[in-house]
Amino acid sequence: MDAVKRYFRSPAAVIGLILLLLVIAMAISAGLLYPRDPLALAGRPLIWPFSNPRFLLGTDNSGRDIAAQIFYGARISLLIGGVATAIAILIGILVGAFAGYYGGWVDNVLMRITEAFQTLPNFVLLLVLVAVFGSTLTTVTIAVGVVSWPAPARLTRAEFLSLRNREFVQAGKTLGMKDIQLILGEILPNALPPVIVYASVVMAVAILLESALAFLRLSDPNVASWGNLIGLGRDVLRVQWYVSAIPGIAILVTVLAVSLVGQGLNDALNPRLKSR
Amino acid sequence: MRILSLAGRRLAASIPTLFLILIGVFLLLQLAPGDTVDALMAQMGGGDAATAKQLREFYGLDLSVPAQLANYLWRLVRLDLGFSSIYGKPVATVILERLPPTILLMTASLSFAFFFGLVFGVIAARGVNRWPDTMISTLGLIFYATPSFWFGLMAIVVFSVYLQWLPPGGFEDIGRVQTGIWRVLDIAAHLVLPTLTLGLIFLAIYLRIMRASMLEVLNLDFVRTARAKGLDETHVITRHVLRNALLPMVTLIGLQAGTMLGGSVVVESVFSLPGLGRLAYESVVQRDLNTLLGIVFVSALLVITVNFVVDLLYARLDPRIAAEG
Repeated sequence: MDAVKRYFRSPAAVIGLILLLLVIAMAISAGLLYPRDPLALAGRPLIWPFSNPRFLLGTDNSGRDIAAQIFYGARISLLIGGVATAIAILIGILVGAFAGYYGGWVDNVLMRITEAFQTLPNFVLLLVLVAVFGSTLTTVTIAVGVVSWPAPARLTRAEFLSLRNREFVQAGKTLGMKDIQLILGEILPNALPPVIVYASVVMAVAILLESALAFLRLSDPNVASWGNLIGLGRDVLRVQWYVSAIPGIAILVTVLAVSLVGQGLNDALNPRLKSR
Repeated sequence: MRILSLAGRRLAASIPTLFLILIGVFLLLQLAPGDTVDALMAQMGGGDAATAKQLREFYGLDLSVPAQLANYLWRLVRLDLGFSSIYGKPVATVILERLPPTILLMTASLSFAFFFGLVFGVIAARGVNRWPDTMISTLGLIFYATPSFWFGLMAIVVFSVYLQWLPPGGFEDIGRVQTGIWRVLDIAAHLVLPTLTLGLIFLAIYLRIMRASMLEVLNLDFVRTARAKGLDETHVITRHVLRNALLPMVTLIGLQAGTMLGGSVVVESVFSLPGLGRLAYESVVQRDLNTLLGIVFVSALLVITVNFVVDLLYARLDPRIAAEG
């Protein structure tokens, strides 16, 4: 309960939470407010925002409602961000836990692989994955997850290294518990909090990665995503710059919200570091 | 000399990593639909199966995957990256032509982010929890959340379309033949917006780290000693705190080298700069897998080089590292 109180004492964390809830509300209400396909033709192309009450945020180059695309885009960004983060954290925990717990050659091999992933620029690896497996919603989500796991893996490994020789682990060993029981049941719950907090960073980066990919027209073109819309608006940037501007603000707000919530959680869970 | 041998050992340790990357990506690309010959045939406007077979034999694509991999690695040792069927040139030549803009862009962005991150970080740490700190930290958070390509587009709208101060893209004005200082100035004007765009997110990261690291060092005993012996605040900061607070910043350069290279793919596409990042994008769109693999190799090499330089810098900043070996 203390942690919750500490969280709500920070104005930045509260603002972040409000913004995040707003984006989630947009994602949920998209179907209710805009029951029609957001990628279907809705009206005249390139209507400026606030000039026609039917299209509050105007229409894009092919006459699709921008507001509808923003609402549905919230779904895509949260979906890709969430699932990719879950994949990255899961792989990261597995690799980090085994490397940190066993040490020796297991650690050596796993860390070499992690290093290889970190040496290769993650966006370049993302391009390779998209080139090989194509760009559907599923492949892009998995690809973003696959390029994002090294940092959580290193974090988990560091936690395991500092925990594996603690007394409670020794006690478990003496009781004859199996390695897998010790890893999952004893050490992992203690190692988890910083990793979970770090997930917010992974999610922020994942949303930015996907939007960059969509902007380059290498993500799924058949869904209403913010990055797609920015890429589309680029063709009419000189005059109708609002087509690109509006979805960019949506991305900015979402990433900002995720980072603020993550930072708030971090400060609430590690009160000793708060003073810095 | 100890520094060199230490950094050299780290460099040697990265060779297996490099091979791991290449083998992994090579095998991955085997799964890609279509190969070089398919791309080539498509460019020629189609052809019969016999020609395709002949071409595959010529490129060694009829061999088994392990044999192809061995061939590739052996050619790589001799710095031969293969042939790009799209550009009709050796991959090494194509990449070398595209390397200068990217290196220029990365160096400029890094210097911009490092310098202003340092200055803003110090200002924020000096006035911790007062308004300059709050303002700088908030700006940092917003910069961190800004998608770089979107910032680039908006910068084009403001500075190129409305104010017409800076060119909207390209590496230099190809309409005029320029030499000497004018050419340098022209390229510099073209690089202002890309540099800001790529550097923005790193500026946010650097200023946050600099602020935290300053605050940590400011609380250490030797700083109190320096103050106690009557040094003025500027002296304490520049001579005693800064050097120690810089260590995490330098580490970060090495950690972020890959991210920056990845970011340049997007930024170069926004500003149509003929660099390595744009080449990576083009080779994905055109399915030029040989070039893509070459880019993977060169970008890993770049990251390793940056880390080598960072190791050397690190040892210069903190003599204890070299001494401990």
